[in-house]
Amino acid sequence: MKPDYNNVLTEETAKPKLPSRFSVFFEDIYLVYRFILRFFKEAFLPPYEFKEFVRQCYEVGYRSFPLITLTGFITGLVFTKQSRPSLAEFGATSWIPSLVSIAIFRALAPLVTALIAAGKVGSSIGAELASMKVTEQIDAMEVSATKPFKFLVCMRVLATTVSIPILVMYTALVSMLGAFVNVTTNEGTSFKAFFQDAFEPLSFLDINTSLVKSIVFGFTIGMVGCYQGFNSDKGTEGVGKAANSAVVLGMFLVFVEEVVIVQISGFFRT
Amino acid sequence: MEKEKVSFIDRSKSVIDIKNLEKSFGDYEVLRGIDLEVYQGENVVVLGRSGTGKSVLIKIISGLLKPDTGTVNVLGQDVNSLNPKELEKLRLRIGFSFQNSALYDSMTVRGNLEFPLVRNQRNLTKAEVNEQVESVLDAVGLLQTINQMPSELSGGQRKRIGIARTLILKPEIMMYDEPTAGLDPITCLEINHLINEVQQRYHTSSIIITHDLTCAKMTGDRVAMLLDGKFMRTGTFKEVFDTDDERVKTFYTYNFIQ
Repeated sequence: MKPDYNNVLTEETAKPKLPSRFSVFFEDIYLVYRFILRFFKEAFLPPYEFKEFVRQCYEVGYRSFPLITLTGFITGLVFTKQSRPSLAEFGATSWIPSLVSIAIFRALAPLVTALIAAGKVGSSIGAELASMKVTEQIDAMEVSATKPFKFLVCMRVLATTVSIPILVMYTALVSMLGAFVNVTTNEGTSFKAFFQDAFEPLSFLDINTSLVKSIVFGFTIGMVGCYQGFNSDKGTEGVGKAANSAVVLGMFLVFVEEVVIVQISGFFRT
Repeated sequence: MEKEKVSFIDRSKSVIDIKNLEKSFGDYEVLRGIDLEVYQGENVVVLGRSGTGKSVLIKIISGLLKPDTGTVNVLGQDVNSLNPKELEKLRLRIGFSFQNSALYDSMTVRGNLEFPLVRNQRNLTKAEVNEQVESVLDAVGLLQTINQMPSELSGGQRKRIGIARTLILKPEIMMYDEPTAGLDPITCLEINHLINEVQQRYHTSSIIITHDLTCAKMTGDRVAMLLDGKFMRTGTFKEVFDTDDERVKTFYTYNFIQ
């Protein structure tokens, strides 16, 4: 082959040419499968990065509390306010606490929390890992035999899987508080009476489904963010793309999982 | 005044032995039959244009990239046939200084140095870790930066800390990827002296990737010129540039005009 002095090694020339979009799709599926498999292989084997896990839980969970508190409270308040006119038509405003609690625990709290986490946490994980890749920090960990996958990916995914269910339960309680503020302002219902009415129709299945859902959401958000960041293209454009696709894909998968889990939990109800 | 470079090269012991190494990315052939032997205690400088695959070469040596064909023998082990655990063990014996230092920007200088140390020597006490961190920082002359973040350091300081982070694992081989790129002439000189100091103090063998001829002249016991994916000329600095080859002459002339 005749040497071409103008042809230098760039990201474009470095990419192997692939036959079609179809094969790229299946190649991506295979890479995701291997990424998830690697997580399960490495996450639970020593050495444990406990300190990093706690740090990530702090970043993912604790630092999301202010935003979650605000959105959770507003969700409960607004949902209750919007539901009132329809129920009032039938003179059924006394059903508001039970309606709101079922809606919040079964659907709103997991979804609202997961969407906020996908936006806040997923994008930050994607961007952070992608910029570490651009600046060769991941390579630097690799060459010093410090297991970057375990340190960077496993700990983040574990942290989101553990923290998001806690955030979901917290969101549910804060939303209920928002609903109570609206109900007590309009109907003058006491705190005790509201929460008695609210929790009465809730079953263990509701709470369990909500918890399972939030564990799945947490795992998905962490995994998508890490996958996009860890496998991003080099260059600053890659960082933006990784953050963006972590959010878009994370949210999309959360909705898909919501539908699937609701269908499955429906079987247990009948 | 320029310090005298002293090397203790054992030519009977080869630490890196590369034979017929080839690497392509898609249709683009980067390395087209590389042969290179690095001896114990020797600094070999790999010179070449940007994009000619110099960095690819050292990434293959440290197992970050896989070659298409050829053998890479490092410290008596064939890098391509190692399993992940064996590769990890080998990597502990190779230090890699990245072009942009690759410092972990969420950690302080101390955190950067402790990170590889505590993960590879888990039985060390806190006092022993501190002692090793301080000793290696002292060796690169930056003990005062121990609690600073990477963003607070200058380019030269970042390079030194990057080198210190690799030295803390006491490697037998050092790889320097463009150690003087983007630095002012005085800092370049300091880095060149540091490379020689590392060679003498830690008895390392090194591959230095650069296109800076001053760096090549000061640090290299041997220079290998990479052109068209092959080492076209290998020898001492004087031997490599004593040629009529226009491309080599242009490389030399431009560097000194600059």
